[in-house]
Amino acid sequence: MSSESSVLTAAPRTSAWLQPHRIVLILIAAALVLASVFYMRWDWLPGYLPIAIGGIWRTIWLLLASAGLGIMLAIPLGLVQATGPKILSVPAKTFCTIIRGTPLLLQVWLLYYGLGSLFPQFPWIRESFMWPYLRQAWPYGLLALTLSFAGYEGEVMRGAFAGVARGQLEAARAFGMSRWKIFRRIWLPQAVQRALPTLAGETVLQLKATPLVATITVVDVYAVASRVRQETFVVYEPLLLLALVYLCITGIIVFAFRKVEGRIPTRLG
Amino acid sequence: MPAVHPSRRTKLSDFLAAVFGHGTLGLLALEPPGRGSFLLLGLMNSIMIAVGATILGLTIGIAGACGKLYGNPVIKDLCEVYTTLVRAVPELVLILLLYFAGTDLINRVLAVWGYPPADINGVVAGIFVLGVVQGAYSTEVLRGAILAIPQGQIEAARAFGMPLMLMLKRITLPAMLPFAIPGLANLWLIATKDTALLAIVGFNELTQTTRTAAGATKAYFTFFMAAGALYLALTLFSNLILGRVERWARRGLPSVGGAA
Repeated sequence: MSSESSVLTAAPRTSAWLQPHRIVLILIAAALVLASVFYMRWDWLPGYLPIAIGGIWRTIWLLLASAGLGIMLAIPLGLVQATGPKILSVPAKTFCTIIRGTPLLLQVWLLYYGLGSLFPQFPWIRESFMWPYLRQAWPYGLLALTLSFAGYEGEVMRGAFAGVARGQLEAARAFGMSRWKIFRRIWLPQAVQRALPTLAGETVLQLKATPLVATITVVDVYAVASRVRQETFVVYEPLLLLALVYLCITGIIVFAFRKVEGRIPTRLG
Repeated sequence: MPAVHPSRRTKLSDFLAAVFGHGTLGLLALEPPGRGSFLLLGLMNSIMIAVGATILGLTIGIAGACGKLYGNPVIKDLCEVYTTLVRAVPELVLILLLYFAGTDLINRVLAVWGYPPADINGVVAGIFVLGVVQGAYSTEVLRGAILAIPQGQIEAARAFGMPLMLMLKRITLPAMLPFAIPGLANLWLIATKDTALLAIVGFNELTQTTRTAAGATKAYFTFFMAAGALYLALTLFSNLILGRVERWARRGLPSVGGAA
């Protein structure tokens, strides 16, 4: 095969990457970027920069909070599906099926419009300390994103827990470890290690799900771009910049997960 | 046996009444006072777009996978740029970009030829936009599946002197099918749920019709639950069919789990 021969004859990696056609492609891309900088309208940018940065911050915050809370829910969900008694595993499986079987946009709207119209009918909710938060939109958005992440990752963690070799757990039991210690020291770390590549992809998917909360008036970076488009009648530029922002965040996520994966010692063979 | 405390019972019924509203289930009826027919129409639209987008996505995916595996370096890099960009940018942003850019481009081309601007059909636009998104994902699925074919089969086809297209038709596509079906099944489920995003551009698919109906009647829970049940039914039904298709595609192959 040609790929094998090219591996054998490959020079150091950088020079192999920077082939003549790539230089041409990079030049074309640079020309496109320069053309869009000079020929498109960017005069609105300075005025909206502060709220745009606020929007980026809120998007990242939503992503981190929902992914963090979601994975904490997903670990028990996956565990009971892999090993739990029926009374726990059936509800967990039902939850995952429902979350994975309906669109996230519908879930967001169900929680926001449904619960949001339901809560004010109960006086004791309106008098509770939670009410100032429940009147805002972001708790509903965060809840929907968290539940969605938990549903998808519960399925991933089920596979990861089931995939840990039985001998590992038997060896741990033979050492006299308690069940909790086996879980904490052996089962969970190996399951997370197996799931990490999938989790990286799922975190990117979660980032791409965050703009849905803009439809319930949470001002994330997508909502800022929509506002710019409505107020200035500039059609493409905010969307292109928005795509660039998401590209950068995706790059950071992928890079961070590679770093974490690289830290885990692996043994070949 | 002690009966349920009366006040507690009324509390529960109060709660249920508040959730679903008094007699709002009647709003789901198919006849005109009910809005069930709107929901079913929206479901039909959703399924139509999902089917169209999957077919377009598969076409793009086959071309993209072949381009990535067999194309010259420039085509390989362009395919890589396409899949990376589409998979890194939220579908919502892509839908807006492609929807506006696409209709704008078509109208400009029409203006050059001297035609009046056309009104783009929502179904066609939705299929185009979701198809481009699906294409990027199916490129990756199909590329992985083609790579999973035992190398000897393709070498044997080459040794028989098959041209690329004939080899694709007779060997590569049928042989990769069992490896590709699980990923493609996943993509179909994603496509059915991604149609909900077209609600953002105001297209009348299931989620949008549900919001309209719910907003008009204030029975939010009833309608959103009903729409959720419809989506779930579609997913479960698809799972049933796709499981059969996978079994058919894997016929004659050893089972996944093996003897262990």
